[in-house]
Amino acid sequence: MKLQEFQAKSILLKYGIQIPKGRVAISPEEARKIAEELKKPVAMKAQVLVGGRGKVGGIKFAEFPKDVKKVVSSLLGASLDGFPVRKVLVEEKLDILKELFVSVTLDRGARKVLVLASRTGGVDVETIVERFPEKLIKYPIDIRTGLREFEGRVIAKKLGFSGEQCIAIGNIIKKLSDIYFDLDAELVEINPLVLSKSNELCAADAKIIIDDNALFRHQDLVKEFGPEASELSDEERLAKEQDLIYVELDGNIGVIGNGAGLVMATLDLVSQFGGKPANFLDLGGGTSTEVVIRALKFIHSKPNVKVILINVFAGITRCDEVARGIVTAIKEYNIQKPITVRLTGTNEAEGKKILEENKTPFFDSMFEAAKKAVSVAKELNELKKGHDKKIFAL
Amino acid sequence: MSVLIDENTRILVQGVTGHHGSFHAKSMLEYGAKVVAGTTPGKGGTTVHGIPVYNTVEEAMREQNPNTSIIFVPAPFAKDAALEAINAGIKLIVIITEHVPILDTLEIINYASEKKATIIGPNTPGIISPGKSKVGIMPGNIFKPGKIGMVSRSGTLTYEIASIITNGGLGQSTCVGIGGDAVIGTSFTEILSLFEKDSQTEGVVLVGEIGGDEEERAAKFIRGKISKPVIAFVAGRCAPSGKRMGHAGAIISGAAGTPESKIKAFERAGVPVAKIPVEILQLVKAKLKR
Repeated sequence: MKLQEFQAKSILLKYGIQIPKGRVAISPEEARKIAEELKKPVAMKAQVLVGGRGKVGGIKFAEFPKDVKKVVSSLLGASLDGFPVRKVLVEEKLDILKELFVSVTLDRGARKVLVLASRTGGVDVETIVERFPEKLIKYPIDIRTGLREFEGRVIAKKLGFSGEQCIAIGNIIKKLSDIYFDLDAELVEINPLVLSKSNELCAADAKIIIDDNALFRHQDLVKEFGPEASELSDEERLAKEQDLIYVELDGNIGVIGNGAGLVMATLDLVSQFGGKPANFLDLGGGTSTEVVIRALKFIHSKPNVKVILINVFAGITRCDEVARGIVTAIKEYNIQKPITVRLTGTNEAEGKKILEENKTPFFDSMFEAAKKAVSVAKELNELKKGHDKKIFAL
Repeated sequence: MSVLIDENTRILVQGVTGHHGSFHAKSMLEYGAKVVAGTTPGKGGTTVHGIPVYNTVEEAMREQNPNTSIIFVPAPFAKDAALEAINAGIKLIVIITEHVPILDTLEIINYASEKKATIIGPNTPGIISPGKSKVGIMPGNIFKPGKIGMVSRSGTLTYEIASIITNGGLGQSTCVGIGGDAVIGTSFTEILSLFEKDSQTEGVVLVGEIGGDEEERAAKFIRGKISKPVIAFVAGRCAPSGKRMGHAGAIISGAAGTPESKIKAFERAGVPVAKIPVEILQLVKAKLKR
């Protein structure tokens, strides 16, 4: 679960980390009111889960409240990288003396939780790694204790701070670690952590990602943040509600399979043959007739899908159950789009018999099935082109 | 020989009375694996498919002396099950369970390294040494004893590739699923070094996917430490950035975890990368001939 900036900041505040004054607006009028209350130049930040928000025009500034309304109304109507802007965070513009980068994150390969910190903030961590690798401090955290207070100061010292600043920055780093372990986070990041001209530390931007697999023990967070903390498109959300593991892509061949690796390999194969997958859909392990029907119905309903490719290698799954799902869905939902099936593994003979009886063609190898799906998609495309030409000629 | 497991492996099934635990305990028995005990707290004293069930791992250890455990308990309880097995002195623990929280996995790994236990998974199909033993959920009939070692991050894709290898006239020494999660107990490199030492294994097929840097680490390791031929496959070549492709670990984050980086790393290490699964067989055969 990836939190929106304003949500992440509310957590920082709870842990005693200072954030800029301001709040979220859902209308231009409300935004103007907030700016008037602040009596300061403001930053207006679109609340969407898009990386590099500033670069795509999601962050604007205004000197006076009277300018705020217009800017916010343009932001609220907009869509950034395909995500509609529904909320804008209006907050005081900070007087920046220095920008730092501090985060607690997972190092997958090393199987460790790390503090990453740099004196250079305000740019993404990849840029820091690329351009100032010597400035990036990596400090492993003992997961049995979390970061200890003194360790926060050790890191602050390494960043080049001393005296009161060293203590204050150390405390913030320690709190990030507390948030990480308390909330089962995968990432807690403040970037930039601003040191203002008045010598105050303030989290100008924040990112928190919570481990989806740990949400069962954080129902409070799901309730508070869940509905907005999602990068899923509307279609992907719809699929999730039906317990389908689905990712939207931009092609015309709908792909359904069992197991993440096999479905990925199927998409790759389609691409290798010059086709374009419309989606990733994993039926999961031990899938039932019912799930197959739901998946097929879902993919068939998408207008961009012209051909459907089903690739199942049954281990715990049973081919007969899958086959029954396919033929039932075709009948019940009057599926007209061409379907290419590859079915092998447990109860293969029974499964193929069901397909044969219902005149649904199938293949033994994923290679052949993918090739066929691509060629059918191409034929349909040619037909359509011919058709369009005809209309144009008329 | 084989790696991690063989015909003498004595298996404990944790969560043996559950739906999955009971089904796969039976399937492992039918494959000929020595399933000697099961545990489910509160169900001690009963039996499942003739397997004695105990309340605790300690009791199972005392009565049946298993050396390997396979865990089927639901994600919220998987950590406790694994810690119990490590604490009781089990040295190889295979965690089949999917959706284990990352912090739980880290805690399991920490304790395992303290007690010198090996963790395989979570989110793995398990391990099979064809003809000898099966500590996993894979269909046994697609494997055949042979000289190819297989190590993979995925389940059904492993079955796909294993059956290509089997149908091509080669078999497997051992096939190890290391798991599809972001953090896993044992990595490619550790399994590769086991295959390097195994006399039955003549070549290795490594099945990777997008996300993380396990493949890059493996490639670097192969360059210095592995003399046997290795063939790789990387799933997710056309996956978009920032999207989780089914597996918790299969996600490209910015510049990290891309298929390009992995393929390049393998090529630099002299490891041929198959573009499509069927190509693996040709590449393996070509490498073994030399």
